Amino acid sequence: MDQTLPPPVVPAKKSIWERLSETNWIGLVPFFAFIFFFLLLPSSNLLLKSFQDFNGNFTLSNYAVMQNPYVIKAYSVSLRVSVITSVVGGVFGFFVAYAIVLGNTPKWMRNFLMTFSGLAANFGGVPLAFSYIATLGRTGFVTAILKSICYPDPTGAQVCPFNPYDNGFNLYSMTGLVLAYTYFQFPLMVLTITPALEGLKKEWREASANLGASPWQYWRDVALPILAPSILGATLLLFGSAFGAYATAYALTGGSIYLITILIAQQIRGDVLNNPYEGYALAVGMIVIMGITILAYNVLQRRTSRWLKS
Amino acid sequence: MKKPRFDLWSVFWAILALLYFFIPLYGTLDFSLRMKKGEISLLAYSIVLSDPKFLSSFQYSIIMGIISVTLSVLIFVPTVYWLYLKLPKARPVVEIITILPFVIPVIVYVYGINTTFGRPPFRMTFNTFTTDILMVGGYIILSMPYMYRAIDVGMRTIDVRTLTEAAQSMGASWTKILIDVIFPNLRIAILSGSLISFATVIGELILGDFLLRPALGPYMAEVGRDKAFEPAALAIISYALTWISLGLIQYFSRGNSTQRQLTGR
Repeated sequence: MDQTLPPPVVPAKKSIWERLSETNWIGLVPFFAFIFFFLLLPSSNLLLKSFQDFNGNFTLSNYAVMQNPYVIKAYSVSLRVSVITSVVGGVFGFFVAYAIVLGNTPKWMRNFLMTFSGLAANFGGVPLAFSYIATLGRTGFVTAILKSICYPDPTGAQVCPFNPYDNGFNLYSMTGLVLAYTYFQFPLMVLTITPALEGLKKEWREASANLGASPWQYWRDVALPILAPSILGATLLLFGSAFGAYATAYALTGGSIYLITILIAQQIRGDVLNNPYEGYALAVGMIVIMGITILAYNVLQRRTSRWLKS
Repeated sequence: MKKPRFDLWSVFWAILALLYFFIPLYGTLDFSLRMKKGEISLLAYSIVLSDPKFLSSFQYSIIMGIISVTLSVLIFVPTVYWLYLKLPKARPVVEIITILPFVIPVIVYVYGINTTFGRPPFRMTFNTFTTDILMVGGYIILSMPYMYRAIDVGMRTIDVRTLTEAAQSMGASWTKILIDVIFPNLRIAILSGSLISFATVIGELILGDFLLRPALGPYMAEVGRDKAFEPAALAIISYALTWISLGLIQYFSRGNSTQRQLTGR
């Protein structure tokens, strides 16, 4: 360190320590104690251990687990499911939000959809998987209806061409998972994008109409560029919510879809990687991806709230 | 030019959304009533409701839910109150901390809990009482984003400083201010936060599953593995519970559009 530097000029302002001792932190002690014990300690412990070897020495070698083909596969399946469901749920949710906010739909329908989105966005876990099994499983309700659509073909034999399981559909697969996740993803999109759609000013549409723009041009050149950060942010939120999900996938497919959360669960149960420390590295990798996602979401959300307020 | 009464494009998406919402629900209900071949019956429900394991796990989850929600309110109301009154500058920091449970997936969180408290020096997973402490702590952490936001929104609508000064000038102590002034003013916010936290706890799978405690979530997963009709009945029961909770929130916080959920599970 360069010792010749003069000490920094102390401004008339109070130092941070003086200000800290003035402010009263005592009321936050219970909160921080709780957070320290139940959140910081367990998560920082994972981080710490991911950089340790069996003897407790510092090492980076645990992160070599990211080159393990099973790990690469689990991460890529998770990423694929998350991207697909966030895009599908995002597009679907956007149109539904459009219908609620700007569309000329009956009022009862709008109220109903809004209320329902609030409920369904909190859906998930084991019951959701059960519902999809009861609906689209081999003996499910919709499957039974589709199966029963039969007619005689030219030779006189009965054919039932709509049985989804004869057409390559399988609920206990990626497709099934995407269908199930969409159940909570698109309502989440509705909830996050509605404020932005409500913030689109009528004057903008009128002004572009006065200048001769078609509705399509208005959307392409005015509305969508304004909405872009909100749409992107909401999609990121959807991505995060799919990426961290475990219970639905576990209950639906019993672990046969190799998500990263499923792999971590197996690692907790039985050390499938044969090295507990590599498991910690795996977990830290997930936190990093989630952290980046939520951070980007927050930045985009803040940008949106700036023009929403004005 | 006459505008059409409804625009078809929007109605199309709205109807698609309604179908997406309802078909799985209807499918579940239908399935849950078909345990007896060829007739509609409540057999699956009566089997579930008379299963002693259901009753014990249900009871366990409700008790854990009540304990977690109560402690959560006791932690977060004074904290948010203090932030508004004394340390508004620290609010962004606390806010970031409270959304951390969204950054750390539950499966990773329970991994951390297991790794940290499941061995010396803590050894907390070695007996049921200390494991239940971890369960309660975990539930509070998992529901913290909802609870904090609810209370934060509620606190924003009341004039904390004026209320506090008025109470102080009449000689009220801190505990008295909190109990007799702040809590009553926040009752709707506390109720919303509590109900959604409660719903989160009741349906939670991972904590109970990996800390090996008999909660409702693991019980449901177990039933799902080896039964056909009972899971559908269980799903309907669990929706009813969750939706009563969430429906009550919607009812109590009508017109309060600032409060939104951040994410699902």
